[in-house]
Parts: sequence; structure tokens; C-alpha cells
Amino acid sequence: MKQLVILGAGTAGTMVANRLRRTLADDWRITLVDQSETHYYQPGFLFIPFGIYSQRDVVKPERDFVPPGVEFVVSPIELIEPERRRVRLSKDGRSLDYDFLVIATGTHIRPDQTPGLAEHEWRRSIFDFYTLEGAVALAKHLRIWKGGRLVVNVVDNPIKCPVAPLEFLMLADWFFRERGMRDRVELIYATPLSGAFTKPIAAKHLSNLLQEKEIQVVPDFMVERVDPDAKKLISYDEQEVAYDLLVSVPLNMGAEVIARSGLGDSLNYVAVDKHTFVSPKYPEIFALGDAAALPTSKAGSVAHFAVECFAENFVHYVEGLEMPHKFDGHANCFIESGFGKALLIDFNYDVEPLPGHYPLPGIGPLTLLKESEANHWGKLMFRWVYWHVLLKGRPLPLPALMSMAGKWQHN
Amino acid sequence: MIRSIAGQTVHVNEEGFLTASEEWTREIAEEIAREEGIAELTPAHWKVIEWCRAHAVNGRSPTLRQITEGTGISTKEMFALFPKGPAKKVARIAGLGKPEGCV
Ligand SMILES: Cc1cc2nc3c(=O)[nH]c(=O)nc-3n(C[C@H](O)[C@H](O)[C@H](O)COP(=O)(O)OP(=O)(O)OC[C@H]3O[C@@H](n4cnc5c(N)ncnc54)[C@H](O)[C@@H]3O)c2cc1C
Repeated sequence: MKQLVILGAGTAGTMVANRLRRTLADDWRITLVDQSETHYYQPGFLFIPFGIYSQRDVVKPERDFVPPGVEFVVSPIELIEPERRRVRLSKDGRSLDYDFLVIATGTHIRPDQTPGLAEHEWRRSIFDFYTLEGAVALAKHLRIWKGGRLVVNVVDNPIKCPVAPLEFLMLADWFFRERGMRDRVELIYATPLSGAFTKPIAAKHLSNLLQEKEIQVVPDFMVERVDPDAKKLISYDEQEVAYDLLVSVPLNMGAEVIARSGLGDSLNYVAVDKHTFVSPKYPEIFALGDAAALPTSKAGSVAHFAVECFAENFVHYVEGLEMPHKFDGHANCFIESGFGKALLIDFNYDVEPLPGHYPLPGIGPLTLLKESEANHWGKLMFRWVYWHVLLKGRPLPLPALMSMAGKWQHN
Repeated sequence: MIRSIAGQTVHVNEEGFLTASEEWTREIAEEIAREEGIAELTPAHWKVIEWCRAHAVNGRSPTLRQITEGTGISTKEMFALFPKGPAKKVARIAGLGKPEGCV
């Protein structure tokens, strides 16, 4: 019997389990471990504060997605012992031996890393929407909020879904206009980046859009601490941004177990080859999804494209054959912009997001870097696709490697 | 793109970062620093610049977090030395690509 252990049953881990159970022979045991029995559709968290989705829409039991022939173990992971090829679990002192290990423990917000953030004003005047509890608490607060300065702050990059803060602001603009109180709300985006987004062409398109929606950007703002009583953010170079309502995207860090096991960098991400996801130190360890230290966005779409490459490679790799695919960092993100519209961006390690069209077989082209209603429906439809197609590792009509078809490039 | 800095012809990208780090010289660093509003590069600046050049991976400069952990210089000092976006600023001055943290 050969043993494959998958750590983390989120987007990446669940897809890997489904894909590999179909392609690996019966002499492979597959074990999937997660501390939680619940699977969260995290992209849906964005819509909760505005009452578009509720808690019901974004949770399902993980067991619904675990295929027959995969053992699902619910327990916190205590320690990975790469030299012994063993994983220790917290529950019942159980340990799992492996021949191959896939680390897919994701990334999580760490409000504790910024002084003043997660103290007495947490979930009173300071909120997050990167957790279900945070998004639900914020929804309650927004229903009764009278207006004032709403500041969205990203503590540091990388964060998962780097466009989510912008989407939040654009949805907030829509939300307050619908309620007839936009004139009583200031919307401010304080970001450590020098513009609205990381890649220059997309940053320009997005900052025009923010300007149209009267969302003010405070660039190069690296927060050092929050003063929860004076209600202000203070940066490392002593700039201050005052708020009435702070929506923070706290520092994102990989799981603590990665650090404990000596496998992480300073943010607990696992170093792996960016084309094959193999650890340079341990050839039987792979890291996929947000847990991996890769120079592309931490997003569900990236996890999906990565898993497609990985799953086909893995069956060759375990036979000692060369891996046929090289991952290119493909990311594909809908950006919800309010009023029933959205943008779409598509990029990889080498090509930044460009305007043009995205050919979607069977559905038709979606517009890139430009608002459209079709993109908005694409984003909402994605929840259905996630639960019914993606997690179960069924094929989607999207190419895993990026295509330049339909993109406009100026030279 | 090609431009001339400190009397040398070098390759840069559209954001003004050198694309061939071997074309970098100390004089180039001083001139880019002035463009970035840093009148004079002190030994403290050089310590950071040299550390970044030694720890660049594929021509890309380390992230702010990697610099502060690697050199022991605090984030606060980094902002005093290289105001606004320190990691990006050091990268440009050191003739390296933008850090990979920005994706
Ligand atoms: C608000 C928001 C909006 C988003 N919007 C989008 C979007 O529009 N498009 C998009 O593509 N992506 C989006 N994302 C990002 C997307 O959800 C993630 O990138 C994706 O879920 C990553 O998958 P993963 O498997 O790497 O990690 P996760 O899905 O986070 O799974 C990690 C799993 O590991 C488990 N785990 C961690 N540590 C331990 C431990 N010690 N013991 C046991 N179990 C452990 C966790 O319980 C979790 O189940 C969004 C995210 C957020 C928060």
C-alpha cells in the first residue's frame, strides 16, 4: 500500500483528493485531514456584509465532497515530521505515515499581529470580512450604521484574493447609494501599495473606476498600529488615517503548524518549485493553494489551475517519470464592481492583466478589465460551479494554462 | 527600454527598474536615490542595498519583511531610510526587480 496524505480540506485539498482518487490505482491509500468538518465558500464572504448572501449560502459539510475511497480525518494537525515522513495529529495522539504529502493548509488572517486591531473595539468599530464570523458581524453593523468615514485597510501583502478589498469598496459604494445615504459616507482605501493594484495596467483601469465611484485611495500606507480609542490608523512613518468604521484585511499568514514543523518562510508559506510545486528539500512533499510560497495571486482560481497541472504530473512523478506540465501561475479573477456589474482579469507569472476578451467555451466571451453584466453573472454563477463542479474535481471548460487569445497587448 | 543613468546606458522597464542587475554601479544607485528623493546614501542605506543585492532571487529584490528579518533593521528605520515604499525603493536603487511579495 502506498500512502498519500493531504493536509487541509479547503479548495485545493478537496480538489486534489477528488482528482487523485480517480487517477491513482487501488493500492494507494488517500487520507485527507482538516480541523473543520465544514467547508467554506470563501469568495462568498464578500457578499455577506451587504446582505446579498447569508451564512447558509457559503457553508456545506466537507463530507459531501469527500469521494469514496478517501479517508477524511477531522483533527487539528500538530506537527509534520519530514525526516520521518510522518504527520502527528492532535486528536487521539494519532499519527499518519506517508509516502507523499500534499500541504494545502491555506492562509489565514492574523489580527493579533497589529497592535490595537483585535482588542476591545474588535467587531464593534473594527471588522474583517475574511472570516465568516467577521462578515456576519459586519453585516449586522452595516444595517444600523449611520454613516461617517469607512476605511478599508490592507495591513500587508500578500493577501488572499488581492482584489477583494477593492470589491468590498465598490460594493459599499453601491450599497450606500441604494440606501440613499452615500452623501453621509466617505469611502477610503489605505493600502501599502503605491496604487490600487499590483500590476500597472490593471492598477490604472481600477484606479479610474475608484475615482468614478468617489473612493479615495491613500497609497504607500503601511500600518504599524491602530489606536482603537482615538479611532485612527498610524503608519510606520507616522501618517495617520482617521476612521469611524474600520474594515481591516489583517496580515495573512500560513498555518502555524508549518512554522512549528520548520517548513515555512517568515509568513509560514512553504517554499516549492513554482512550476511543479515540489519542495526543493523534500522530494515527497508538495504544497498547493494559498499555503505555497508562489509569485502569483493567492486565489481559488489559481488553486484550481494548479491542481489540474499537479494531478496530471503526480501520476507520472510517482512512476519516476518526468512531469509533463509546468504551471505558469495562471490566475483568473472576477472583480465585483457594484450595480450588477463586474470586471474580469486573467494573468500569470509573466503576463500582467490586459484588456480584451476572455474566450469561455459554451458561454461566450467575457470582457477583460472592463465592467459588464455578464461578468457579474459569471461571478455569481461561480458559487454553483464551485460546489458542483470544481470541488469534485470535474473538468471545467477553462484551460489550466493561460491563453493569450483575445487579449490586447501594446508594445 | 534603454536610458542613461550616471553616464551609463542601462536597460530599464516601464517603471524605471533596471532589468539587468549586472549593469548596476554604485554611481547609478546614487543617481536613482536622488530621483527617489534621497539626497545622500549613508552607510545605513548601503547596508540595506548590499544585503538586498546579495539576497536577490532571479534578479528580484527581497520583500520588506525579508529585509527587516535578514538585516535586523526595523520596519520603522526602513521607512526613515527609504520613505514611502521602502522595499520598492531599495529595489530600484539596488538595480533589482520589484519584490515578489507584490502579486
Ligand atoms: C473574502 C474572500 C474573497 C475571495 N474571493 C475570491 C474570488 O473571487 N476568486 C478566487 O479565486 N478566490 C477568492 N478567494 C480566495 C480563495 O478562497 C482561496 O484562495 C482558496 O480558498 C485557497 O484554497 P486553499 O485550499 O489553499 O486554502 P483554504 O481553502 O483556506 O483551505 C485551507 C484548509 O486548511 C485547514 N487547516 C489549516 N491549518 C490546519 C491545521 N493546523 N490543522 C488542520 N487543518 C488545518 C483549514 O481548516 C482549511 O480548511 C477569496 C477569499 C476570501 C477570504
